[in-house]
Amino acid sequence: MPSAEEVMTVTDRATGHGPGGARRPPEATLADETEAQARFERLIAQDERVEPRDWMPEAYRATLIRQVAQHAHSEIIGMQPEGAWLTRAPSLRRKAILLAKVQDEAGHGLYLYSACETLGADRDDLTEKLVSGRQKYSSIFNYPTLSFADVGVIGWLVDGAAICNQVPLCRSSYGPYARAMIRICKEESFHQRQGYELLMTMMAGTEEQRAQVRDAVDRWWWPSLMMFGPPDAASPNTARSMAWRIKRHTNDELRQRFVDITVPQAEALGVTLPDPDLRWNAERGHYDYGPIDWDELARVIRGDGPCNAERIETRRTALRDGEWVRQAAAAYAAKRAARDAVGTGVAG
Amino acid sequence: MAVDNAYEALTEDSRDLGDRWAYGTGFQDPLSGVDATLPTGADLPAAARHVLGLGDDALVMAHRLSEWCTHAPELEEEVALANIALDLLGQARLLLARAAQLDPGLRPAGVAGHVPDEDALAFFRSAEEYRNVRLVEVPHGDFGHLVARLLVFSTWRLGVVDRLTGSRDPVVAAVAAKAVPEIAYHRDHAAGWTLRLGDGTDESHRRMARGLAEVWPLVGELFTTADAERPAIADGVGVDPATTRAEFEDVLRRVRGQATLGPPGADLRRDGDAPATAWGRTGRHTAALRDLLAEMQSVARAHPEGRW
Repeated sequence: MPSAEEVMTVTDRATGHGPGGARRPPEATLADETEAQARFERLIAQDERVEPRDWMPEAYRATLIRQVAQHAHSEIIGMQPEGAWLTRAPSLRRKAILLAKVQDEAGHGLYLYSACETLGADRDDLTEKLVSGRQKYSSIFNYPTLSFADVGVIGWLVDGAAICNQVPLCRSSYGPYARAMIRICKEESFHQRQGYELLMTMMAGTEEQRAQVRDAVDRWWWPSLMMFGPPDAASPNTARSMAWRIKRHTNDELRQRFVDITVPQAEALGVTLPDPDLRWNAERGHYDYGPIDWDELARVIRGDGPCNAERIETRRTALRDGEWVRQAAAAYAAKRAARDAVGTGVAG
Repeated sequence: MAVDNAYEALTEDSRDLGDRWAYGTGFQDPLSGVDATLPTGADLPAAARHVLGLGDDALVMAHRLSEWCTHAPELEEEVALANIALDLLGQARLLLARAAQLDPGLRPAGVAGHVPDEDALAFFRSAEEYRNVRLVEVPHGDFGHLVARLLVFSTWRLGVVDRLTGSRDPVVAAVAAKAVPEIAYHRDHAAGWTLRLGDGTDESHRRMARGLAEVWPLVGELFTTADAERPAIADGVGVDPATTRAEFEDVLRRVRGQATLGPPGADLRRDGDAPATAWGRTGRHTAALRDLLAEMQSVARAHPEGRW
């Protein structure tokens, strides 16, 4: 149990949050807070959902905002590598599929920013943190898309890894996040299958197309494994997030699950995953895989990936170019509200 | 829900490939159940050219809208613009496919047999063979230009497509019936932004007015018909766009008025005075279409035998 002083500090900070935050009436007492904390711990222990108006520890709130915002940012930045192929998709069916997918990603970003706002965060503020580099997005989107096969491989491997990460989050302890994840996972699963189907079709095409698929698989395999984050031994936040049931599995467990699911899919597709150590381990009942270059992940997270600067610059430019539009919408809404108010006054 | 396995939870609807996938990738044929027989006694090549023009309009407009992806001023607008582009792309696919059925001679020669008609027409025709109006091909400017073009395009197209629901070609009539509510939404969306920008800030008012002025010289062409498609109108397969002009001008006048952009001014008269020419419908385009197609067709043409 935290000390009385800790509880007071937590409460003071919690009341500073926005509309969705856990505001307490001024007469709230220390006894109320202790009871609220006990209730929170009971919800977690019974595997029930914490809802926006419930009391929650400040660190739980901060952890969730960080995780959900990073997820939202990833959806929005993730529109770029595939969106780059919208104008060049080689069939109208593929163009429609890709456009619908990129649109879904914008929608996912919206759900997730909304989930963040239920925690008292503000979308504009989160976006500012993204473009100023104070909040991260998934480092996978800092790699370039070099051919149309990349669209398929992103669907298969990157969305596949995202699904492994995200399906357990459908049971996350925070209600709005868990509910957003259910819808997101269904759509991601659709994307993954479309990606795989594109690759199957390309593998049945020309030798040149098959070479493009193999090249794309070679480039995206290791970054996909890195999507699960650092190994458990080097993941300081995992234990607490699991205790709070924000996360349900460790990074390494999820990574192993992804490898186990993906290897047979690669065989069915007719491609070789670029890992000489990849083989079935009957004793463990899992595939063994070779060492991951964690230095590369650290470099890309630090900002030295192939496309970091470009991704942020694109987002920043869209915000800057759209500012006059958002100002106009706000000014128009204010004028209308003023006119409506005058209208009501006259009528009254 | 079985959420401990990353896939089991998502596979409850899976029927065909075991438990690995949640949903199929196929889509229902939007025209399933529609009578696809060719209209008897009609000039089919003329009908095909009429339908091709309307399909090309939708295809090129969808392309320009998709260029906005990741550049929209708000996330909500990303979703809306992608939605509009998807609707138009869907219309384009059905119309191009129907044009090729009405006149198989439209399909470019030498395209690999496994390439569907819609793709043969989209990816293997030159700019001179495209029949879209020039309004949709000019490069995009700022958001004011986007809104102005979308307002003009969807107001005009709604009038034409609404009348096409009575086409003697059952497929064209069915495509039109599906498209009317879509385009009505596009027009409302554009009109909403015209009001916000026109009656927002000084800067947005200026930009909205500029956008309308930029697209206005391209409006006269919307109401023209090429000689090659004229028999389709007489046959009752197509629609003479000139018959929709009064309705178009009425909508534009009302939206401009509400948006404090004033009554149509010199820009409208200048256009109205000039004898309108069927530019795009006869294959005469701006240089922008050639650039647009070079990009759009680059992958398909690099792999003429490819399968996608």
